[in-house]
Amino acid sequence: MIHRDRPQDWRGWAALAWPAAMLGTFFVVPFGIMLGVSFFHRVEGGFYEPAFELANYARFLTPFFAQVLGFSLGISALAALVVVAVAFPFTYCLTRLPRRSQVGFLVFILAVLSLSEVIVGFAWSTLLSRTAGLSNLLVWLGLLARPQAWAPGFWALLVGLCYLGFPYAVLVLYPALSRLDPELPEASRMLGASPLLTFFLIVVPSQRQALLSALIMGFVFNLGAFLLPQVLGRPQHWTLSVHITDQAVFQSNLPFAAAMAVFLMGFSLALIGLTLLLGRRGARP
Amino acid sequence: MSGLRIEGLSKSFGHVHALADVDLDIPHGRFICLLGPSGCGKTTLLRLIAGLETPTKGRILLDGVDITRVPAHKRDFGMVFQSLALFPHLSVGENVAYGLRVRGVDRARRRQRAEELLALVRLPGVLDRPVAQLSGGQRQRVAIARALALAPKLFLLDEPLSALDAKLREAMQVELRLLQQRLGISTIVVTHDQREAMTMADIVVVMDHGRVQQVGAPLAIYREPANAFVAGFIGLSNLLQGTLAEDGVRIDGHAVRVARLPPGLVPGAAVTLSVRPEEAHLRPFGEPGPNRLPAEVAFVRDLGASVEVTARCGEAELLVVMAPRERPSDLALGGRVMVELPAEACVVLAA
Repeated sequence: MIHRDRPQDWRGWAALAWPAAMLGTFFVVPFGIMLGVSFFHRVEGGFYEPAFELANYARFLTPFFAQVLGFSLGISALAALVVVAVAFPFTYCLTRLPRRSQVGFLVFILAVLSLSEVIVGFAWSTLLSRTAGLSNLLVWLGLLARPQAWAPGFWALLVGLCYLGFPYAVLVLYPALSRLDPELPEASRMLGASPLLTFFLIVVPSQRQALLSALIMGFVFNLGAFLLPQVLGRPQHWTLSVHITDQAVFQSNLPFAAAMAVFLMGFSLALIGLTLLLGRRGARP
Repeated sequence: MSGLRIEGLSKSFGHVHALADVDLDIPHGRFICLLGPSGCGKTTLLRLIAGLETPTKGRILLDGVDITRVPAHKRDFGMVFQSLALFPHLSVGENVAYGLRVRGVDRARRRQRAEELLALVRLPGVLDRPVAQLSGGQRQRVAIARALALAPKLFLLDEPLSALDAKLREAMQVELRLLQQRLGISTIVVTHDQREAMTMADIVVVMDHGRVQQVGAPLAIYREPANAFVAGFIGLSNLLQGTLAEDGVRIDGHAVRVARLPPGLVPGAAVTLSVRPEEAHLRPFGEPGPNRLPAEVAFVRDLGASVEVTARCGEAELLVVMAPRERPSDLALGGRVMVELPAEACVVLAA
């Protein structure tokens, strides 16, 4: 239950102190520092000094970084779409299973979550490699003439991102789908709709809020991935997060890295806001 | 053979036998109530007829055609669910016209038909409203209109009125019955409320423990229950244990003559005597007459419209219901009375 009322007295406000302190310490202050640093002046060969200049942002406005930004947003959105398209039917079928089997699947999915991005990245890089990868299996089956290298590349990166995002999408969709009244699809079937038609006419539209949440979460999650593009992608597949890491860690250009991070965050917030707005307009009051 | 025929239908969920070997013949145009306590298999039977479950054994035939393996969406049956299952993302009109949309009927025709159907269930002017804005009774009507949209061969309702309050429920029972008579559509309703079944049904199917206990017209079942379960479940009944004698039943040493004896029972057999409370009478203690058992007044419940007297007769407790003006003037707790069980009111059941 969410309270929508304002706190009535000082006790109510006091109860907010703890979350406010946490939010301030771990979110507002670091973000404020980052925002501040993004306007600082970089000292070549040194670190940075306090200043107020827009040079870091100006540097960002080049075709190169525009293209990197476009690619980052594009692949993040694409991977989120693929993940939700796969995870939604999967989770729907999962919630129709007997309780015991559901628990088994959920435990397995949670176990996948415990794998770090590094392990997942290198595992896929091996699986898609020419020497030890899956293509050898296809050669052995006679479907392929000789082993091929599928990584690094765009599709390898997409597969990696989808693999990482899948468990999260299932966990976001699971509660909503398990609350779906089983009589809704049954009512649709009694009215002459096949199970497939029922899925698209009843199950999907009645879950639009959960679908939207899963899409946004997957998108944001993919935007933050900075390791997979380096392991599974070529340099042209480096996302903005990789460039931010590169500038901050290897080039010691913290002001420029901060400026890119602020820009990326602003852009993704705007996109999420737009998605939510469209989602609300489509939903009935 | 015209109508719905069910042959040896069984359904098990794991080790639970929800339905055991049910045979049933349901002619066209009738109003059927599947009546029984919760867990008796009535909903399972309805879902099997709907095609939402597949039977473990047995067949379902409609007009002589085996439909046991026909999937639910190809049976052309209308169904009202216990939760009503209105689609939350669609408006009232879109809900009602959903079946037409699935069939590819164009938008204008769908809208017109939805309006007709809403008028049929006396709910005009809500076509474009979201279902969330409707009251319980209105949602009920929308669910009925939606199920009737495709002119189904069979109209199935699973405890459709259970979510309504008592007054509305009574009104909807009458309305549902009148609607069914007007449309002449074969209707099967699941209910656990015997009053509801008596109000609406042409034929009542009483079920318990996954088996059909009795099939018949409501009054026939009330007057001549086939066994002690039916006698106890349909209305209130005084059930007395006794043994069969030549011309009646002996209860606690008292002879009770009965109008009819069940065939196939020999004198000396253990039987149960069933007498409806409104058919038993209180007489002054010691007054001679046939079929009278001495008893002691254990409780008096004066409801204004009727008086219910509980009388203890040996081991058994007898309930006698009478009109206020029939109430004896000297009726008092602990007072001694005679309870008369008229021979015509006595139904003898195998114990």
